[in-house]
Amino acid sequence: MKKTKSNKAWFLVLPVFILVAFSAIVPLMTVVNYSIQDIFGATRYFVGVEWYREILNNSRLQDSLVRQFVFSGSVLLIEVPLGIAVALMMPKAGKWSVVTLLVLALPLLVPLNVVGTIWQIFGRADIGLFGWGLNALGMDYNYAANPMDAWFTVLLMDVWHWTSLIALLCYSGLRAIPDAYYQAASIDRASNWAVFRYIQLPKLKSVLLIGVLLRFMDSFMIYTEPFVLTGGGPGNSTTFLSQALTKMAVGQFDIGPAGAFSIIYFLIILLVSWLFYTAMTHGDSK
Amino acid sequence: MNKKKTLGLSVYIIFLLLPIYWLLMMSFKSNSEILGGLSFWPDTFTFDNYMTIFTDPTWYTGYLNSIYYVALNMIITLTVALPAAYAFSRYNFMGDKHLFFWLLTNRMSPPAVFLLPFFQLYSSVGLFDTHIGVALAHCLFNVPLAVWILEGFMSGVPREIDETAYIDGYTFPKFFAKIFLPLIRSGIGVTAFFIFMFSWVELLLARTLTSVDAKPIAAVMTRTVSASGIDWGVLAAAGVLTILPGVVVIWFVRNHVAKGFALGRV
Repeated sequence: MKKTKSNKAWFLVLPVFILVAFSAIVPLMTVVNYSIQDIFGATRYFVGVEWYREILNNSRLQDSLVRQFVFSGSVLLIEVPLGIAVALMMPKAGKWSVVTLLVLALPLLVPLNVVGTIWQIFGRADIGLFGWGLNALGMDYNYAANPMDAWFTVLLMDVWHWTSLIALLCYSGLRAIPDAYYQAASIDRASNWAVFRYIQLPKLKSVLLIGVLLRFMDSFMIYTEPFVLTGGGPGNSTTFLSQALTKMAVGQFDIGPAGAFSIIYFLIILLVSWLFYTAMTHGDSK
Repeated sequence: MNKKKTLGLSVYIIFLLLPIYWLLMMSFKSNSEILGGLSFWPDTFTFDNYMTIFTDPTWYTGYLNSIYYVALNMIITLTVALPAAYAFSRYNFMGDKHLFFWLLTNRMSPPAVFLLPFFQLYSSVGLFDTHIGVALAHCLFNVPLAVWILEGFMSGVPREIDETAYIDGYTFPKFFAKIFLPLIRSGIGVTAFFIFMFSWVELLLARTLTSVDAKPIAAVMTRTVSASGIDWGVLAAAGVLTILPGVVVIWFVRNHVAKGFALGRV
């Protein structure tokens, strides 16, 4: 669509700009300020990139960075295909489509700590159906003691919580495809797979972009759910970046290194999001 | 083919509902029954856990606080995001692309990064432990998202409608409120749903920016853990009550959301 050129439009955007700038720019500047100084009571020294060097060489943080990437990667690999599959299975119209929409949206509206609580209860061998069931099947399942089980539970919890988001977005994308496309496909006797690959998937691209970006950002920032479920343990096995950072900033009050950590953390998300964005929109310009 | 679809969907829905069902059942059981063994249905139905919450002001004010700041956040976000989304969908102006991208980067900054500076900033301007403070903090991630979603819906409305209205003598505010907003009603419903969702479920910022007066329910819930162990029944009841407002919201916006999603412009 052609847009009118007008700088008066700035007046419409100004409230948003002021509101977001208030909460974004000052805190960001504060963090940058911390990250290059050594603050010790009232005395401050300028230390330059010292903290950055320390952070990048910190093996505990490197571990949680790797863990974080594995986690976000697994989340995307499971939730995106599953979400698309669920969207394809949903009824197209009528009463049942509203009912399914409502049920799918339900996990999204559960507060993050309650999600943790639900799975904390559900996964326990003594009082939870899931933990009890797995143990009854002969598996030695205990998310509080076994790192593999803890990982599995955190992942399952995230799939439970967020796959619906992808499914709802894809559902909306699928509804936007005109019937004529399907009619043409059936005249050509296209297989189900061909319909999916050449009609549905391309149309889903823009909603998938939003879905993938949101899921990447949020899974990369995950804090509350594993904190409630496992407290980052057993050991450090489910300590992701946000929790490592909070420990450093609030627990040990190392605000210099924590500031440097924050900046690096933010830049990683920015870079990966940009890569996703460019990769997924690249085809459009061709 | 269709049977397979229904079956697959049913399995998925059971997977979604089972943990919630488990929580709901637990909230009606006494602690001794919860720890006594597994059952799909409470032997003795008890509302004690709910009574504990409804009779203790520290519990129920937690809910009121959360509802209050989420509602404030929805009002603020929609008020500023609607005109901005209109500007982005209709006009080219100096720095528009950069501004849009900058807005989105705020959605990408982990709340954990800003905890300490947020605490200092909000304390220094007197917003610490106020509902409006939490609502403003949540705008950081909700406003960019709202602008992003609304812009998509608004771009779906043909420009000719704007032009015709101006020729008919409508002023901008009148056109915007009387003609344009009703056209994207479903879009606003979908956006409101997302704003509510992200503000309601967020805990880290809400907990850091409050101490007593605006303490969210999610922070109150830690009370169930005491020296004598976890009070599972009350914890489950509190959990169920945090899901209820979401169910109410989604019930009210269900037609808009269904329609909005069906428009395929999220």
